[in-house]
Amino acid sequence: MAQQPILSLRGVSKKFGAVSALTDIELDINPGEVVALVGDNGAGKSTLVKVLAGVHQPTSGVIRYEGREVTMDSPAAAMKLGIATVYQDLALCENLDVVANLFLGHELSPYALDEEAMEARSWTLLQELAARIPSVREPIASLSGGQRQTVAIARSLILNPRIIMLDEPTAALGVAQTAEVLNLIERVRDRGLGVIMISHNMEDVRAVADRIVVLRLGRNNGVFDQTTSHQDLVAAITGATDNAVTRRMEKHQ
Amino acid sequence: MSAPLDRADSRVRHDDSLTGALRSFVDRVKSGDLGMLPVAVGLVVISVVFSILNPIFLVPNNLVNLLFDCATVGIISLGIVCVLLVGEIDLSVGSISGFASAMVGVFWVGQGWPVLLAIAAALVMGGAVGWVYAQLFNRLGMPSFVSTLSGLLALLGMQLYILGPTGSINLPYESALVSFGQTLVMPPAVSHGLGLLPGIVMLIAGQRRRLRRGKANLSVPPLGGLVTKAAVLTAALQGAIFYLNLGRGLPWMFGLFVLLVVCLNYGLTRTQWGRSVIAVGGNREAARRAGINVRGIYTSAFVLCGTLSALGGTLAASRLASSSQQAGTGDVNLNAIAAAVIGGTSLFGGRGSAWSALLGIIVIQAISSGLTLLNLSSSLRYMITGAVLAIAVIVDSLARRSRISHGRG
Repeated sequence: MAQQPILSLRGVSKKFGAVSALTDIELDINPGEVVALVGDNGAGKSTLVKVLAGVHQPTSGVIRYEGREVTMDSPAAAMKLGIATVYQDLALCENLDVVANLFLGHELSPYALDEEAMEARSWTLLQELAARIPSVREPIASLSGGQRQTVAIARSLILNPRIIMLDEPTAALGVAQTAEVLNLIERVRDRGLGVIMISHNMEDVRAVADRIVVLRLGRNNGVFDQTTSHQDLVAAITGATDNAVTRRMEKHQ
Repeated sequence: MSAPLDRADSRVRHDDSLTGALRSFVDRVKSGDLGMLPVAVGLVVISVVFSILNPIFLVPNNLVNLLFDCATVGIISLGIVCVLLVGEIDLSVGSISGFASAMVGVFWVGQGWPVLLAIAAALVMGGAVGWVYAQLFNRLGMPSFVSTLSGLLALLGMQLYILGPTGSINLPYESALVSFGQTLVMPPAVSHGLGLLPGIVMLIAGQRRRLRRGKANLSVPPLGGLVTKAAVLTAALQGAIFYLNLGRGLPWMFGLFVLLVVCLNYGLTRTQWGRSVIAVGGNREAARRAGINVRGIYTSAFVLCGTLSALGGTLAASRLASSSQQAGTGDVNLNAIAAAVIGGTSLFGGRGSAWSALLGIIVIQAISSGLTLLNLSSSLRYMITGAVLAIAVIVDSLARRSRISHGRG
């Protein structure tokens, strides 16, 4: 392998009482790579993201960050390491403007806020992402869904993370806005970050993912790339070639 | 040099000129971002109506008295702004202020403590009460509405208890505390001098901001607008001070109130703490995920509210030269809350400013003073003040609905 992965998981398991949510998960995230995590409901995607975000701690297994073994015992610890998470519900303050949201919790000079530096930094970051935000001094409430997703992704970049995790980034978006967010994900990748993307939308996944990691019932169930056919992916996700989705497709052919 | 960073997008209209500023103001009001407009309209209506009914209303000395009265409840209202901003409420501010006033009377006059020690004890009590509310809210999830309602009764009980059977303690008339609350006014030179400060600060801060924006490659607002604003502000202030000096002059107590407003305004708009307060009021979960210590912010808001209420109560005692069973009861609670809301602080959290306490309390006290001059009974005064509060809350709710439909949160 040419380069060392930023993050690598070896044999990571997570049990909630008698339930094994994750079993022996192996995962590598390389810089400048988009990894899609797919799987059916209950496959363990969210649990895995929460483990990586420091919300849950694995029951067993090893997490290596840039080669070092690490434990992330809180979301703050994960953030400090350089793993940023954009949750599905975005968690923006609608009454604050874009600048205030981008820097929320990390304002420059806490006792005499440096509004000029924060505003300039916001514009630079948004321009680097080629984001189309009309004004950074408007409250979030006036932005569209895609623009809010952009702000949420830009906010996760403020702390210069190495890895960014996106939970269903396109779930609530229209066609054009989805395309913009996918472009944004590619630009984030081109900055050399590792991107982990969770999605149920196979088209989006195949459009941007360099690797597609399938989880099934809390276990690795194969790694695919963009050339994999829709049918093979669905088979890996559902665990059988004979399932409701393929039967439907055959019927309609 | 390329276009400033914030002017690169041609889709956005930028209102830089005077007409542009006017246009964006109209847009904001239409979309429900009313700001100070209700207060300005309210004050004009009140002044016109009451001065027609009784010309004494606008006499300088009546306005001086009005400012004395504003300071006590206004400082309590400043505390209310803090808890309203995080989306909570403190219904016991009146009782805290009454208990504080009783403590000052009992400890200072009754027990012979030094006056400053008695005041400090009252302030610590106020802060402690706020801390308890915050813990009940943070740890037990008790709605502040309920905890402060029970606090209202409990504190009133403590006030009656420490005042004992006599029920009232007169404060020494010649003491510094009482003259601060009743007679101390600034000499004309001092008040005119202080009246220059806001304009000067505005000029310096504005110019500094212009330079920094230029350096950061952001658009620079025109110097002319800044100078005009500062000049208008200074002229208005000097005119008002001149008029007040025709009477007794500007009260020091009002000066203290304005100083507190300015300090809180700085805290809310220019520090990380203030940004966090507004974030918690807007979206608590988002604030928590951004790494803000949400519980700490709630605690700071409740403690600040309790302390300011106790200070307001102390000043009320000095204003009346007595600590009595009536202190802090009646309409104090509602006036403090109404002032904050009338001034533009939302009951729904995350929106408002320290100035709303100042402007709102002037409206409330102007109504109260006008009704007193008409020799109306307190029954009618309560009814009218209640109606004004209802109108203010209705305006707030309607504006909020309009803001949501216009996408201004």
